[in-house]
Amino acid sequence: MYRHPRSRLGGLMPQVMTSDDLDRAIRRISHEIVERHHGTDGIVLVGIHSRGVPLAEQIASNIESSEKVRVPVGELDIGLYRDDLASRPTTRLGRTLIPVDLSGETVVLVDDVLYTGRTIRAALDAILDLGRPKRIELAVICDRGHRELPIRPDYVGKNLPTSGHEKVSVRIKGIDDVAGVWITDGGDA
Amino acid sequence: MRYLITGGSVLTGAGIHQLDVEIIDGSVSRLEPGIQQDGHEVTEAAGKWVGPGFFDLHTHLREPGQEWKEDIASGMAAAIAGGYTTVVAMPNTDPVIDAGHLARQIARTEPIRVIPSGAISLGQQGRQLAHLDDLWAAGVRIFTDDGHTVADAGLLRRAMEYIAQLGGLVAQHAEDPGLCRDGHMHEGSVSSRLGITGLPSAGEEVIIARDLRLVELTGCRYHIQHVSTAGSVELVRSAKRAGLPVTAEVTPHHLMLDHREVESMDPVFKMYPPLRSPDDVAALREALRDGTIDAVATDHAPHAAFEKDVTFEEAPRGVVGLETAGSIVHAAVGLDQAAFFERMAIAPAAVLDKSSGPIAIGTTDVIVFDPGAEWAYERPRSKSANSPWLGQTLRGAVTEVFTRSGLVSAIEEGVQ
Amino acid sequence: MRDLLSVDDLDRAAIDDLLDLGDDFVEVLGRDVPKVPALRGKTVGLMFYEPSTRTRLSFDRAAKALSADVLTFTPGGSSVSKGESLKDTALTLKAMGPHLMVVRHKATGAPWRVRDWTGLPVVNAGDGAHQHPTQALLDLLTLRRHFGKVDGLRVAIVGDIRHSRVARSLAGSLHTMGASVTLVAPSTLLPIDVDSWEVDSAAGIDEVLGEVDVVYLLRIQTERGGGEVFPSVAEYVSRFGLTRRRADQLPADTVVMHPGPMNRGVEIDPQVADGPRALVTDQVSNGIAVRMAVLFRLLTSEVPE
Ligand SMILES: [Zn+2]
Repeated sequence: MYRHPRSRLGGLMPQVMTSDDLDRAIRRISHEIVERHHGTDGIVLVGIHSRGVPLAEQIASNIESSEKVRVPVGELDIGLYRDDLASRPTTRLGRTLIPVDLSGETVVLVDDVLYTGRTIRAALDAILDLGRPKRIELAVICDRGHRELPIRPDYVGKNLPTSGHEKVSVRIKGIDDVAGVWITDGGDA
Repeated sequence: MRYLITGGSVLTGAGIHQLDVEIIDGSVSRLEPGIQQDGHEVTEAAGKWVGPGFFDLHTHLREPGQEWKEDIASGMAAAIAGGYTTVVAMPNTDPVIDAGHLARQIARTEPIRVIPSGAISLGQQGRQLAHLDDLWAAGVRIFTDDGHTVADAGLLRRAMEYIAQLGGLVAQHAEDPGLCRDGHMHEGSVSSRLGITGLPSAGEEVIIARDLRLVELTGCRYHIQHVSTAGSVELVRSAKRAGLPVTAEVTPHHLMLDHREVESMDPVFKMYPPLRSPDDVAALREALRDGTIDAVATDHAPHAAFEKDVTFEEAPRGVVGLETAGSIVHAAVGLDQAAFFERMAIAPAAVLDKSSGPIAIGTTDVIVFDPGAEWAYERPRSKSANSPWLGQTLRGAVTEVFTRSGLVSAIEEGVQ
Repeated sequence: MRDLLSVDDLDRAAIDDLLDLGDDFVEVLGRDVPKVPALRGKTVGLMFYEPSTRTRLSFDRAAKALSADVLTFTPGGSSVSKGESLKDTALTLKAMGPHLMVVRHKATGAPWRVRDWTGLPVVNAGDGAHQHPTQALLDLLTLRRHFGKVDGLRVAIVGDIRHSRVARSLAGSLHTMGASVTLVAPSTLLPIDVDSWEVDSAAGIDEVLGEVDVVYLLRIQTERGGGEVFPSVAEYVSRFGLTRRRADQLPADTVVMHPGPMNRGVEIDPQVADGPRALVTDQVSNGIAVRMAVLFRLLTSEVPE
């Protein structure tokens, strides 16, 4: 159920992207991907569970409407690759489904928020266990800083400087009731 | 020493009376109300029961050969703590007590009596008769291969004939080897769930039924050790009705616990016969009340902690019982004072023709039992602690024990 | 969940959770690199007091597919033959630092004892004739993957049920999951006090052929040629063996399972064992997946003290 994010003091936390902003950012990332690769050849989009998966789908739809080509979309659960399993037990693993052989392809990992980089590190390990792509790129909606590993995104919807105790909440069509991006107090995360 | 027990509820030949009991030189010298205190060591016994010392027909003292579990001295200390002034030592020691000189090594008279039993067969192997005359000459009156049922009916018949002529008693641990092979617990719903091979009740009952025919054949006096099933109780009841010279004992643990305890798979609940069904427990309590079962016997079977710290199936059989018997029987069966001492002291002594009875002038073994006292069973006098009640607070405590040697035990701690 | 000792400790939700995870690990095992780093840095101790290569290999494979290290203890030629007790062995193995113990032992309750002595999480890999919960889970996973559900299935378990930890675990967990169970065996091999089990029973396999979804066959001990618990192997086969003729009478979508190792020609006809109804190889591969699920659950949940 959707609850509008509130701070612990009861005030509304700032919405930093509206639903329209989000759509525009995703469209821009879609164009950038095609632009950088001079087309769609050899591109495989892989969404990271859970919000990366519908984002990858949206990017694929955008590319399809402009290029009339459907790029393959995979989904990746990195639960088994996380380095903090003991302190954050998973309830259920998500699906991992890579529809094509990755050998020689360009994988574009898609996720909602880039923060410490640990999720992406786990995703890189997982992708390399699943195949041997030529190249791996990273697309995220928000880069909020505070990296703990040397990882940089190739495509960014919006850079969002935050403090460590805040939380960036990306809500997306298909998963959440209302789409947009909010910064919330980390306390109710 | 001169002792005076004042104000207790005393079991006498004329019933229960509020009396003072004076004990001088180890025996009762006066028995009347209001004895003048005059240099006595006084035991205040208001609200407590005064009666004869308990008599155990079934104690494993482990000496000689297994002194890491128990020895005669530690066994006697445990007995005294539990109010026992006589214990019958089982012959399954190492070596087995199957000859007179071995029996003589076991016998004690101070501070309490230890009466040796003798094996029926050499080495309890069930093949040849033990040195029955030799044992008899050493004072043995009760013969048993306890722990090893005499399964060969022909051998048992000859033993009964021989022992009957001597005037002794055959005691049987009834467990048919064919029916009970590889068994570790009562065969029933719990063993079925645990996948543990069981000892069916029939395994006990077929031996008793068979033996009772041999009693008819030979006329030998026959004592059934640790009866555990309702069916066995029925066999004893009808044998007694038919006038056969049969007696029976039951253990405190079979009166208190049933096979559901084994769901814990804790080896402390492993003993033979095994803990039976709740219906069996009810039948045993009823049989003790109505006298079908004559006596409580502890089957005190000490094992060292490391020996029991294994899986249930690998664990040795047996529990200790001397120190807790009075409390457990009192709690489980709820006998009145006269019946309590009858089953704990007088009837078991009578099985062996030993004198015991209500308190009278000249009585040597007197104990005081406080039915309301609570005590913590935490520091066993026995070398072993393989008891389901270790660490628990029990109700009903033996507070004083007087024997020929005087006051041998006065519980000092743990009793309110 | 801290230990997996008995299926009696698992309610329907807990079983569903492990089967869901098991499904995920079936997918992982199908990858080009069938190995994930989920339990990197963890060590699994395997104490196998019985020669049971299959189950030990399955746990070993499951642990390694999760990148855990494995410490294996088997008694052959070890200190056990020198009389070392189970307790001392457990404490010795514990001192080598495993995070969890998997215990197989001929005596009922051994895994509980090891848990109490070591304080480690323990997985029961078979104790006496008592419990074998990961076998039951792999069978449930196999059934669920084949039929899509376990609820409502009609399962006949045929063979030496009295001495079978597989039967005890499977019957109990099938009941939990809403399947109905019929035990089929000579009365000498039915459980004592079978009325206390939540099952039906039948005195011959022909009685159940037409109305079961699953025929689950147990291994019959033929080493002594029968004789003690049934008159002869031939007589056992005549009343309880799944022969080809009988297999032909089964409904079209009825499956045949066996925990292995099979006695071909005794409890199961060789052609039936290799035929399309048999899920035996699925059971083996699902066994690895479900053991991965168990190890993963036990080693990635913080244990509340
Ligand atoms: Zn006995």
